[in-house]
Formats: sequence, structure tokens, C-alpha cells
Amino acid sequence: MSWTWILLATAACFALKLAGLLVPESALDRPAVARVAGVVPVALLAALITTQTFVHQQQLAVDERAVGLAVAGVAVWLRAPFLVVVVTGAAATAGLRWLDLAG
Amino acid sequence: MVQEQDQLPRKEKARLVRDALGVGLAVGAYGLSYGALAVSSGLSVGQTQFLSLLLYGGSAQLALVGTLAAGGGGAAASATATLLGVRSLFYGVSLRPVLDARPRLLLPAAHLLSDESTAMAIAKQTPSASRFAYWVTGSVVFLFWNLTTLVGALAGSLLADPKVLGLDVASSAAFLALVAPRLRERDGRFVFVLAGLVAVAVSPFVGSGLPVVIAGLTALSVLLLPTVRPRQQDGRNPNDEVPEGGLADRVPADGLGAGDSAAGRGGAS
Repeated sequence: MSWTWILLATAACFALKLAGLLVPESALDRPAVARVAGVVPVALLAALITTQTFVHQQQLAVDERAVGLAVAGVAVWLRAPFLVVVVTGAAATAGLRWLDLAG
Repeated sequence: MVQEQDQLPRKEKARLVRDALGVGLAVGAYGLSYGALAVSSGLSVGQTQFLSLLLYGGSAQLALVGTLAAGGGGAAASATATLLGVRSLFYGVSLRPVLDARPRLLLPAAHLLSDESTAMAIAKQTPSASRFAYWVTGSVVFLFWNLTTLVGALAGSLLADPKVLGLDVASSAAFLALVAPRLRERDGRFVFVLAGLVAVAVSPFVGSGLPVVIAGLTALSVLLLPTVRPRQQDGRNPNDEVPEGGLADRVPADGLGAGDSAAGRGGAS
């Protein structure tokens, strides 16, 4: 990959970060805008979670990742500490993959 | 007006630092796989590290590398990364009233903006806690991400398949833990489910990276929901809860553990 594209992507991503922080305060005075802006991270994190978990090569796929996420979900439900959530989720998936290989 | 509280209790600061280290460790695990994946997709170690230092967006970088690995060209990879970066525009908007960055701090504040620093900041109940959480999480995550990128890139082929360790799921699990406090609110729950479904539903039809951006638009759907009536604040002064500029979603949906962060659940709450 050429440095040109790397520099362009870097510049674009930084510009987006900066622009978000520079949005005039008046734009936030409207309750509707504040309400939408507040849930945008929730929407994007949800989308990242489901696409990373249930999509494989652009197709719906329910596999070991789904089990790992479910285990992580239970850990969240039980109010486990952050690291426990991450490690149990990853370990469940890794374990299933290992059994798959072993079997 | 919100009373400006520059002093957070030492105990609270210690808790936020501990939370940030927990997030940093989780991110570090993913940084390792990013470094390894990036090198195996054809980037040089220098390019891999450059992206972590200056583009600094975990999912944007991983999407870039994923596009390259799937055979996409530089233009497609760059465009995908930028599309994933679009959400930082919205993160910035939701952080704007919380962060209140002075001009001198604007550039570093923008640079440290990430899923993690945003999630940790917006989960906090007071502006001062949000600010502290933002800076400490942002710095710790930046450090861990870059160190582990380097280690991962150098380890190269040894870690080329992060799936064996389930590291691809570690990221989803981390995002789930981070978003969890927001699922106690009706708006958050609704958008979470809708966005998650939409992202998967459009995945077969649009290029990698786009489903996340399209799903971001579902945030607009909260306007269709009736406004939540303000609840009793359990004896707390409601003015302490809502920062200037009022993010409506920051009002806790219930009194039980509303002060919890995803990473602080082990704490005394």
C-alpha cells in the first residue's frame, strides 16, 4: 500500500475527530440533536459488535464468535469486571476452535 | 449552570485510572493482532506503526488492514478507514459539552478520541469525572495500542492468526462491556438492537466498513420514541447529573448502579 493513501486516510480521520469537537455549541442547543448525538456511539458500537460477530465475508454467519459473545454477554449481565468479560468471551471462542481442530 | 468541580476525590480518580488500565489491557490484546495482521496484509512495520501513532483508530486501522487482506487496493482501504472514522465526528459532538477542551488542548483531545475514551467519558455522571476519564483512558489506550502494535508487527507471522486465541471476539466483548451501561436506558436499548440488526442486514450488499456507518444513521430513530419524562433523582441534585448543553441520554435510567461504568463493575457500587 502506498504512503499516499496512508497519509490521506490519516488526514481524513484526524479532520473528522477535530470537526466533531469544533461543532458550534449552538448546534447542540436543540434537544433533538443532543438526543441523537448521545445515542450515535451506541449505534456504532452495536454495529461493530454484530458485524464483527455475525458477519463473515459479507455473509451472515453464526459460529464460535457468537458463542464467545454470548459468554461475554452473560459476564456483563453478572456484572463481571471488564477484563473478565473480555477474557471469558475470547477464551470461549478459542476453546471451541481448539475443540474443532482437535476433533 | 453546572458547578465546575475541578477536584475529583482521590478515590474516584484511582478508580478511573484502574478502569483505564483495564481497557488498555483489552485494547493491547487487540493491538497485538492488529500489528500482526497489518504486517501479514502487506504493510511495512513502519506503515503499521505510523497508522497507530497518527491515524489512531482501532477499528479504522483494522478495517484498512482487513480490506487490504481481502484484496482491496489502497484507495478502497483508505476509504473504508475514513468511513469508519466518520463516527468520531459524532463522538466529538457528544463529547463537546462534556469535554469542554481549551483551545490549547483541542488538538491532543482530538487525537486521543477513540471508541474507548468516548465510551468511558460518556458513561460518567459528572463533567469533571467525564473529563478525567477521557484524558486518562485516551492516554493509556494510546500507549498500550502503540506498544502492542509494535510488538505485534515485530512478532509478525508468529501471531498471524489471532483467531486461535479468540482475539477477534475480544474486541466485540470489549465493545459490549463498554456499551452496557447505556443499555439500561430505553433509548440506548432501542438503538443498540436496531443498529445491530441493520448492520448485519446490509452487510451482504455494501462494502466492508459501510454497514457500521449506515447503522449509525439508526441513531436518528430515537426521535421517533417519546421523550423520557425526567425521573426523581433519588435525592441527588439533578443539576449535578446533566452537563452543560444537556446530553439527554446522560440522565440515568434508574438509580441502581447508575454510576457504574462498564469497567468499574467490580467496584463498590
